[in-house]
Amino acid sequence: MSLLEIKNLNISYKTRKETIVASSNVNFTLERGEILGIVGESGSGKSTIANAIINLIDPPGQITDGTIKIDNKELQNNEEVIQKIRGKKIGFVFQDPQTSLNPLFKIKDQLIETIQTHLNISYEEALKKSINLLKEVGIENATKRIEDYPHQFSGGMRQRVVIALAISCEPDLIIADEPTTALDVSIQYQIIELLKELTKKRNLGVVIITHDMGVIAETTNKVIVMRHGLIVEQGNTKDLLTNPKSTEARSLVISVPPTNKKIKRFKLIGPDGSEITSSSDNLTKNIIKTWGVRKNTNQKLLELQNITKIFDDQSISYRKKIDENAVKAVNNVSFQLFEGETLGLVGESGSGKSTIAKIITGLVRPSVGKLEYNGLSLYNSKRKYQIDKSRGQIQMIFQDPYSSLNPRFKVKDIIAEPIKFFQKGITRNDLEQNINDLIDIVGMTRKSLDRYPHEFSGGQRQRISIARALATRPRLLICDEPTSALDVSIQAQILNLLKDIQDELHLTMLFISHDLPVIRQMCNRIIVLKNGIVCESNDTETLFNNPLHEYTKELIRLMPKIESII
Amino acid sequence: MIKKTFNKMYDTDIGYSFFNSKIAIISSSIFFIIFLCSFFAGIVAPYNPFDPASVSLMDAFTPPVWSEGGSASFFLGTDQQGRDMFSTMIYGSRISLIVGFASILFAMILGVFLGLTAGYIGGRYEIIVMRFTDIQLTIPTILMALLVDGIARAVISRSMHDEMAIYVLIFAIGISEWPQFARVTRASTLVEKNKEYVSASRIIGLSNIIIMFKHILPNILRPILVIATIGLALAIITESTLSFLGVGVPPTTPSLGTLIRFGNNFLFSGEWWITFFPAIFLVVLALSINLLGDWMRDALNPKLKKR
Repeated sequence: MSLLEIKNLNISYKTRKETIVASSNVNFTLERGEILGIVGESGSGKSTIANAIINLIDPPGQITDGTIKIDNKELQNNEEVIQKIRGKKIGFVFQDPQTSLNPLFKIKDQLIETIQTHLNISYEEALKKSINLLKEVGIENATKRIEDYPHQFSGGMRQRVVIALAISCEPDLIIADEPTTALDVSIQYQIIELLKELTKKRNLGVVIITHDMGVIAETTNKVIVMRHGLIVEQGNTKDLLTNPKSTEARSLVISVPPTNKKIKRFKLIGPDGSEITSSSDNLTKNIIKTWGVRKNTNQKLLELQNITKIFDDQSISYRKKIDENAVKAVNNVSFQLFEGETLGLVGESGSGKSTIAKIITGLVRPSVGKLEYNGLSLYNSKRKYQIDKSRGQIQMIFQDPYSSLNPRFKVKDIIAEPIKFFQKGITRNDLEQNINDLIDIVGMTRKSLDRYPHEFSGGQRQRISIARALATRPRLLICDEPTSALDVSIQAQILNLLKDIQDELHLTMLFISHDLPVIRQMCNRIIVLKNGIVCESNDTETLFNNPLHEYTKELIRLMPKIESII
Repeated sequence: MIKKTFNKMYDTDIGYSFFNSKIAIISSSIFFIIFLCSFFAGIVAPYNPFDPASVSLMDAFTPPVWSEGGSASFFLGTDQQGRDMFSTMIYGSRISLIVGFASILFAMILGVFLGLTAGYIGGRYEIIVMRFTDIQLTIPTILMALLVDGIARAVISRSMHDEMAIYVLIFAIGISEWPQFARVTRASTLVEKNKEYVSASRIIGLSNIIIMFKHILPNILRPILVIATIGLALAIITESTLSFLGVGVPPTTPSLGTLIRFGNNFLFSGEWWITFFPAIFLVVLALSINLLGDWMRDALNPKLKKR
């Protein structure tokens, strides 16, 4: 008898215009002691299935057919049974530990409330049990920490508390929906290890939903690959990752950036299942006619000298002196960037990567330090950004494709605006030609010019974003986590596109990411940041093969590796 | 052609929400009818109450047509000067609507400009502007309007006063409504200015003016539109209150509030219709705008949308 058995599950969302099928004919089983991974691109119906198991599908979503059985007990549409089972037999771990704990209650109260709801034990017993649970998930000094509020814990610690909550009533099944997506690499590793350990120790069944193939490879025994609500392939993790059969699974596996070697371009799987090898030859190169051929001179383009940034509210404080105890978002960072190279900035959240990007683009003023672009200082003596000397030459691609395009502008206008700004009095024909060249080079159709950003997917929006950045004919392109909001296969496409564009247009790139495998594929040189301080800076291959700093070593050791199973 | 445009409108989320809300349809049609009537008052109204030739004192105090002594030529009766109530009300609502629209437009331009610049520029400028709105919000709207009106009376010569009255009124109501707009605009600007498309515009090097008015403003129009609608009803009521108190428009060009004030004198002598119909008319007008604003707030705010 299986722990979880899902048969012929159909879920659909009825909206005014159409009925969206979120899952159709889904069948799978899960045994005790097994970890099952569900992967798929966004919108493939992964989370819907998880929500269906605990009967938390929001209207207008509806289970139209099928059965969900736990220990052979039918759960579906039986609110009384599910109330008893949810929390007791099934534990749930949500994606974002910042919001899944109630900030007004102490950890103690949240744990005890859950325990007392499902288990018939006294307050003291429940308290004792809670402390043991916290110890079990690896929270030190649990007797004291249990009195704390959620905001007193860090992100990783909070996710541990959420896991403690999930296992508090000795469930048989844990469903974890993207449990590590919001966490840094080192914490992600700890959470994964914790889940694995608990599975073994308590003989649990675990369902992990994720888009990260590295996590799948490191944790799961079985994998389900989903697409448009259908299971396209399922099987043993090792078999599926080494020998994927369906187009979707192949595309997922092949587009994962390898962690152990650098490849020239990501391979992609076409819709017909054939492999596509991308190269910059595929690029429409009309743009070069208008830009003129650029030469790669390998000269120093950008230099940061002892840049420090302290965030304080300047509107209120009039202090001019720098407080030595203030938190430095960027602390004495110096580096150089040479023409034609790609420099990677790696670090966990709060390491000051994005602040450096903002300082270079003039969005944030540095507190101390000198910044030179092409031999000219970017900030004058009053720390004002010297606009005309650099603007346009330095452009940026942002992380969130959903907020980086003005929703009220047509794509055409988004791209036209910088062109008109830098080439005042450009003729209509030239403008149109320029826009067409740009939309061609980022691989979109010209029809898309007359549409609004919300009509496009994340990957397409990121392409528009790139076109906009290229419109000013920049020499330096700053990419701030350009693919972290995208699915793996889309990520591969965008990264290929960036490489292609760099090859053709001889751009210099500053590539910011927390994702080490991506950084390895994209960069010539890497700088590792921690808490605003440069830990290590070296050539990519040297850094990955022979890291010197302790922190770098740890990052490389802890990153989830898809190769670990192959 | 018309069917096609209708289908297109119905297809949008706002259009769908509109055509599926009885309240929205009814209130908007009432408002629209009143608006058209007052706009084409010359055609719709049976008499021109401001033309001395058409008014006869002999007709004064005629009750509505259905009560005893009523006359078929004066459907809702006449007032103390023999003016047809129905025509007076339509002409009166014209004044009310003009003052309402103009003062809200004035408040909106001032408030949006200050709120947008305060939110975007920040710093000391923001603190000063927002403290001003805080201070002004402690003064009740009516009091503020009375204050402005009083000052205007002292400054403007008596002979000019009647001509200027309507502009003074617009200014007085507008100046007491702008803090609402400034607050909402500033709050929305703060959200919007941290979005990455604004950063992108700054990196391109666009000027702050262009970023504020071309990029941010179109994205924050929704909440502004909602409070403008609800503010319109408020402005019309404020105008009526001021006119009722006798500091509004002069009696020669009566608004709804002035009519209610006149009628109030005759309420206890039995001529109830002189005050009753303008009052009902005012309630219907203000209510229809308010309900429309309510619907708009729900429809434009995805968080409040019913699933």
